[in-house]
Amino acid sequence: MTEYIIKNGCVIDPTQGINGQKMDICIKDGKIVDKVSKAAKVVDATGKTVMAGGVDIHSHVAGPKVDAGRLFRPEDKLFKSPNRKSNLRMEMGFSVPSVVKTGYDYARMGYGFVMEAAMPPLEAAHVHEEIRDTPIIDEAAMPVVGNNWFLLEYLKNHETENAGAYTSWMLNATRGYALKCVNPGGTEAWGWGLNCITIHDKVPYFDITPAEIMKGLIETNEYLRLPHSIHVHTNNLGNPGNYTTTLDTLKLVEGYKPNNDFGREQVMHHTHLQFHCYGGDSFKSSSFESKSKEVMDYVNKQKGLTIDTGNVTLDETTTMTADGPFEYHLTHLNHLKWTNVDIELETAAGVVPFIYDPKTYIAGAQWAIGLELSLLAKDKDRCFITTDHPNAGPFWRYPRIYKWLLSAKARNDLIANELKYGDKVIDTTYIGELSDKEISLYELAQMTRSGPAKALGFSHLYGSLKTGMNANVAVYDVDPENLPSDPEQYETAFGNVFAFFKDGVLCVENHEIVNYSMPKKTVWVNSIVPENKQVERDIRDKFLHSYTVDLENYAVFDEHVHNPYAIKVDITE
Amino acid sequence: MNTVTITLVKQPQLFLEADLVTPDQFAGKSIEAIGAIEISEGKIKYPLASFAKIEGASGATAEETKIVLNGDWTRVKRIGQKMTAGEIIINSNVDMYTGGWMIGGKITVNGNADSFTGIAMAGGELTINGDCLNHVGSAYRGDWRGMTGGVLRVTGNVGNDIGTFMRGGTIIVGGDAFIHVHTHGEGGTIIVKGNVEGRVGGQSVKGDVFVNGTIDFMMPGYKYVDDVEKEVDGVKAVYAHYIGDLGERHPTSKGVQIFTNLYLKK
Amino acid sequence: MQEVIKHVACPYCGSCCDDLEITVDDGKIIEVKNACIIGTEIYHHASREGRVGSPRRRQPDGTYKDITYDEAIDFTAKMLIKAKKPLIFGFGSTNCEGMAAAGRVAEDAGAVLDNCASICHGSSFLAIFDTGYPSCTLGEVKNRADVVVYWGSNPAHAHPRHMSRYGVFPRGFFTGKGARGRKVIVVDPRYTDTARCADHFLQVQQGHDYDLFDAFRMVMHGHGADLPAVVAGIPKEKILEVCDVIKAGRYVHIFFGMGLCHSDGRNHNVDIAINLVRDINEVTKCTIMAMRGHYNIAGPGVVWAWQFGFPYCIDLTKGSIAHMNPGETSSVDLANRGEIDAFINIGTDAGAHFPIRAFEKIGGSVPMVTIDPSVNMAATVSDVHIPVAIVGVETGGICYRMDNVPIQYRSVIKPFNGILTDEQLFDKIYERMQELKNAGVESDGKWEYATPLADVRPVKEVYE
Repeated sequence: MTEYIIKNGCVIDPTQGINGQKMDICIKDGKIVDKVSKAAKVVDATGKTVMAGGVDIHSHVAGPKVDAGRLFRPEDKLFKSPNRKSNLRMEMGFSVPSVVKTGYDYARMGYGFVMEAAMPPLEAAHVHEEIRDTPIIDEAAMPVVGNNWFLLEYLKNHETENAGAYTSWMLNATRGYALKCVNPGGTEAWGWGLNCITIHDKVPYFDITPAEIMKGLIETNEYLRLPHSIHVHTNNLGNPGNYTTTLDTLKLVEGYKPNNDFGREQVMHHTHLQFHCYGGDSFKSSSFESKSKEVMDYVNKQKGLTIDTGNVTLDETTTMTADGPFEYHLTHLNHLKWTNVDIELETAAGVVPFIYDPKTYIAGAQWAIGLELSLLAKDKDRCFITTDHPNAGPFWRYPRIYKWLLSAKARNDLIANELKYGDKVIDTTYIGELSDKEISLYELAQMTRSGPAKALGFSHLYGSLKTGMNANVAVYDVDPENLPSDPEQYETAFGNVFAFFKDGVLCVENHEIVNYSMPKKTVWVNSIVPENKQVERDIRDKFLHSYTVDLENYAVFDEHVHNPYAIKVDITE
Repeated sequence: MNTVTITLVKQPQLFLEADLVTPDQFAGKSIEAIGAIEISEGKIKYPLASFAKIEGASGATAEETKIVLNGDWTRVKRIGQKMTAGEIIINSNVDMYTGGWMIGGKITVNGNADSFTGIAMAGGELTINGDCLNHVGSAYRGDWRGMTGGVLRVTGNVGNDIGTFMRGGTIIVGGDAFIHVHTHGEGGTIIVKGNVEGRVGGQSVKGDVFVNGTIDFMMPGYKYVDDVEKEVDGVKAVYAHYIGDLGERHPTSKGVQIFTNLYLKK
Repeated sequence: MQEVIKHVACPYCGSCCDDLEITVDDGKIIEVKNACIIGTEIYHHASREGRVGSPRRRQPDGTYKDITYDEAIDFTAKMLIKAKKPLIFGFGSTNCEGMAAAGRVAEDAGAVLDNCASICHGSSFLAIFDTGYPSCTLGEVKNRADVVVYWGSNPAHAHPRHMSRYGVFPRGFFTGKGARGRKVIVVDPRYTDTARCADHFLQVQQGHDYDLFDAFRMVMHGHGADLPAVVAGIPKEKILEVCDVIKAGRYVHIFFGMGLCHSDGRNHNVDIAINLVRDINEVTKCTIMAMRGHYNIAGPGVVWAWQFGFPYCIDLTKGSIAHMNPGETSSVDLANRGEIDAFINIGTDAGAHFPIRAFEKIGGSVPMVTIDPSVNMAATVSDVHIPVAIVGVETGGICYRMDNVPIQYRSVIKPFNGILTDEQLFDKIYERMQELKNAGVESDGKWEYATPLADVRPVKEVYE
């Protein structure tokens, strides 16, 4: 296989404490190696930044509700799709891109791994089909478990081993990676048109609270010693005053210790935290306020937590989430079209278009809150940059988020020139107090590479330029020794990677995709637990009586999983 | 105003797409450059000059550019797409999307037009001296933002979906319509001088619809209120005033619910 | 030696029953258990005499001669390259792997890619584009629904096991009383066999479902007093009575079919139905579902949505972007207007199911390839007929049930005579297209090999 040497770049790799040191990165046979022969092809990275390929910990890119979002929005494609480049396949869509555009755009940002944020277990095969058709990037998917009938019953009775046995079976059946918990209990209540707003509201019939579900899932996750912690989207998302629910949720981690062999240190990852930091009792500027500081004060001192931001990009986008009742609420606010899919025994999903209009006060405030989280975070390796794509904005806007964090000027200019109610936004959020704060490129690498990889428990696979790692390497037109005075150049540079290697294959060269056919992997966790006859019986029983598919047709057949890479976790050893 | 006269001398085997035949695209271009403008038939692209004789001169700006189309343009789509100013006259029937997404300027068709005429129109004047098929002044599939401005006039008859998802502007139909007038409308005015079979104002949130002829099947969601005198396209008459659709959501202003008004000439 | 293969998913209708048991002996299907009469027949006919074992080419004298797959693939690939606007339509009976492979071919060729929704639930798609789709999986209906509506749909005939597996009779987790715990409402211009299960039957005036939905919505919005005495043939009292049943329900679900999709107004009928569902959700839980007809007709919608962003009527001829606008890019309209110059009919029968005038326009003059296991009507006028393996019988793959749940299909016998699967065929067509393009074949719309049918008489002559 071809050898490459990326010469003379400024390397930024928090996993090795390297901060801008001029070094060569050598690639051979798909891996990072210490040296290569003279035959190695040279990529001149002089004056450029070299980082490991990006790791996206939470993005809705593959699966039924993503596809529902694509299908019901023809207008997301009309006049909003780029013209096809001659050597590439067609790319369609703005806020919910086609799988081809998804793969290409992540590559253009230098990302090598994306975690599909929510996989409904019954429809796992759909997720895997889309993963197969998405070029370049490695992917994994997190099955949603917070409203699963098996678990609601086991956790009600504190049957951790049974919960573990079922969850293990389900991770294997779906080839899933981690346990996603969305609006715990509330989405089962939505099966009756109801919801759980606080974490102590009881779920109809199952008589368990969201707090009990989340604590039970933490215990189950640690019992299974999984690489990632539970990944939570707590109750009451998007509502003014919800920050109290958020703090209640985050505090559930107290007393728990991470139990795994992957270097993971958190017991809960809370996602798109921006949507959960609202104060006040309405969206009007006379009442609404940011509570990002109150929330981050707790996050900063609680090492058992990691978070991702869910930054608003101020675009017309599409919201999609397993928080079914929230989407119903949203369609009432904006009167736009609403798609919903309740999934038997397991979960639900809702999809509604949404416009974050900078001419409205609230979009400005949400935008500010998202940025405050990163600026207030003390441990940048516990705070990761996302947009909850496409909920707060399309993922290919990440470089714009970086710009707003790397450059206070860019942020302040936007407040002054683009937000119609910039003054009110400053009055009701913390963005004014943070007006001179900027992150460094090192911190950016922590927030988009080493941090998410560690939280996901696969630092041995992604997010690092250590020798022996798979060669996912990105080279950007940013010179750490001569940072751009025009912040637009950050957005341009991080959105158009100069060179990107995926598993040692040159994918982007001179800012253009030159190869999109390299192998890509489906990463999943093969969980092994002791035999459990009770759970086996419960599974057979529920399939016989409640599901509408046969048990033997539920687990994804081997031939439908694309290039699987299993991480084995055997608790019987 | 300068005029470019284009005579179609060759017919396509299938249909031609001519979205670049607009004053905006022609402005400032020489006749040779205009002849090089790309049209397509399926996947095959041609220069405009390979199908047409082109004479005259363009203006420096769209506003100063007039285009006259002679010959038979029945099988040509997308003329005038997204234009902002200037004028186009088409002296034959024309196919789909005529004046699609137009923002300003004036288009006159001396013949019939096909479907999707004036799709998502935002401004200007679009006049069809003939009939139109379906989706006249309507929105693109899935977009809740349809026609927002301008005046779309059809002297003859139209089919279904007149002003679907309309938000502003005016549509005037000289003849009859089939079904679905102002469906999902949230603004704007539609005038039908002939008859409509049914489904007038179905799911309409707000706006004004005038029908001078008869409606065979009134929507149950429309309730008679009173008789009023209105001047419609320059003619005064008495109309039975209905409000509705009572089966749809409606905004309130100052505590009062605002309905769509349906005026049926007495 | 006999073998019973269990948990087999059936390739007939959108119910996708996956509990079939097929007995196979020495490569032949002997017995089918648990399937309805139509599903049973699909399996048996796969093993009967008369299967087409090789591609065939129409000769100048109108007869057909066997040709090799290579020759058939060469013809098809050349046709796709040379045509200015080729149409690939069908996919009513293919697996998703085949649809994905066809997508790649269509993009490379610059073709229009369309599926049977265009003549079926396409109206539902248009409504979903405009107003969304508050839906669920079938198990939610089975486990929760206590009020079930079949509107413009007759599952007793089109989805034989639907009512027993999902809609009316099953005892689900919260519906232990089965049919006795459910209220069934059927709305149809005819008193169908499905209506015989109804607690409330509304014989709606044909073509006026839209008005009836408006009336229901008036009640939901508090304007029941303003209802006219009769709407769409239904008296006001009955409308109010049924609304009370709905409002008293714990979980209301509406199944709908062609009665809405293909009576006047089409997509608007579905649209207003969906808006009624939105209204009902203010009062109690409510969902709606399209009764997709075939076992994987949801498939192309799902697959092409992730590949191109659109579920059907996809015009890829522009090359730069994909364009969709049913009414222009839909197969029947393209055929009627004479806007295509090549046609591939796959997993469907345009000869039987297109309006006859539309098929007339293309049947006699446009080069045509039919890809289907059987000699269907379209195959009798095609230039080339290519048989492929029957999904669910001779090849597996993923298929999407009517509620978009992916069902993993199995094969129970090997493909007859070694015929290719759709996926293999389209991949070979793609490879051949690259070879031909490298050898200089261009898109010029010039045909050397289309043989016009001498003896096709326009329908006009026969009937007028």
